[in-house]
Amino acid sequence: MKIGVLALQGAVKEHLDMISSAGAEAVVIKTVDQCDEIDGIIIPGGESTTIGRLMKIYGFIDKLKEFSNQGKPIFGTCAGMILLAKEIVGQTENHLGLMDMKVARNAFGRQRESFEANLPIKGLESPLRAVFIRAPLIEKVSPEVEVLSEYNGKIVAAKQGHLLAASFHPELTDDFRLHSYFVNMVKQYSLVK
Amino acid sequence: METGTSRVKRGMADMQKGGVIMDVMNAEQAKIAEDAGASAVMALERVPSDIRAAGGVARMADPTVMEEVMKVVSIPVMAKSRIGHFVEAKMLEAMGVDYIDESEVLTPADEVFHTQKDQFTVPFVCGARDLGEALRRIGEGASMIRTKGEPGTGNIVEAVRHMRMMISQIRKVQSMSKDELMTEAKNLGAPYDLILQVHESGKLPVVNFAAGGVATPADAALMMHLGSDGVFVGSGIFKSDNPEKFAKAIVEATTHYTDYDLLVKVSKDLGTPMKGIEISKLDQSERMQERGW
Repeated sequence: MKIGVLALQGAVKEHLDMISSAGAEAVVIKTVDQCDEIDGIIIPGGESTTIGRLMKIYGFIDKLKEFSNQGKPIFGTCAGMILLAKEIVGQTENHLGLMDMKVARNAFGRQRESFEANLPIKGLESPLRAVFIRAPLIEKVSPEVEVLSEYNGKIVAAKQGHLLAASFHPELTDDFRLHSYFVNMVKQYSLVK
Repeated sequence: METGTSRVKRGMADMQKGGVIMDVMNAEQAKIAEDAGASAVMALERVPSDIRAAGGVARMADPTVMEEVMKVVSIPVMAKSRIGHFVEAKMLEAMGVDYIDESEVLTPADEVFHTQKDQFTVPFVCGARDLGEALRRIGEGASMIRTKGEPGTGNIVEAVRHMRMMISQIRKVQSMSKDELMTEAKNLGAPYDLILQVHESGKLPVVNFAAGGVATPADAALMMHLGSDGVFVGSGIFKSDNPEKFAKAIVEATTHYTDYDLLVKVSKDLGTPMKGIEISKLDQSERMQERGW
């Protein structure tokens, strides 16, 4: 089972290491053709405007929509979550627009307000150390979206079928439980395929 | 909840990887940079080549410049403080700047001590010419390193020298036996615990960008090949004929630095890049890389 990490900009290597730790084969994805060889993909943290622009130039918008239509799992962290969202506060256009949620960028403030905290997540036995860096949050979700975690009453992780999103950076600690969770989603997809 | 932890500060630099951080002097340039795909902007009153031309003492920019830039872009905004000028740094932190560059491009305020960076919530990036210098800055609390290169020259030779030096010293430390490490720490003038970390991991404990002389998309790609995690482009963009096109080209070149067909494509019709300076023509006192230790 192969899981790709979109490598246009951002923290790619950290995700590759976590995927390997979680027991799947990790692949660097730089071109759309490579998407045909993988069963799931992670859109990493970075700058959503940068990654979004490069995705558009290289045809990743259409390719990943098709990828999602095939039921293949996608996990977006931080910038990746913004790229997955149907609605972005203050912007008229979305990027992939795959998940039925409205997200706000830099919702906790600037870098000096960035923080880490222990975060309970549905499906994980104990809290995960979550690193929030100029993080976005989810303002609103449709009934099809399952809320997995809230921080101070704000939604910071959610799942909609084969799509998973987190405001924070699960790749910046040694705890790969959320990656294992995603690897299981990809496994389930591989079984029904 | 904890703010300003080393994970949060270093993590912020991790999110910049594979990206281009561009020098901008006003809101309009900041917007051009953001739209072109910059992963962050460095807000300045003057770009390095103008600082070089103007001479005199270069200080932290007027706060209005940073505030104006922070208002118009959603990407991180960095700004420079003078080496050792911790009050300028505190002011930048108070303004809400996302990353501080304690930079040799400005005239140093202290010739002996650098700012004690671990006392800040906001992260710092610092320049280095070799592994010892990089580890000294990390020891003081820097969360990101960049090559010093020779700023404002449009000449990549010094950045190449510094990146090659760091990478080769890292390889050497990695391959040494453990009983040689204390002597190597002494020789490099680096903290022992950080030398030990480099020995075990085979890399710097923080992200390492290229800076100081990147003037073309090919320069950016070259630095990525040499092991840079990303690039800073100072005078290169807004001193070129067509900043918007130039900025876009450098962003693509940094992402796809091994795709030579693409490099050819984005390098076409870019107009004249900034006029460069031959390093040997610079007087020793004009070499910004000699500032700091």
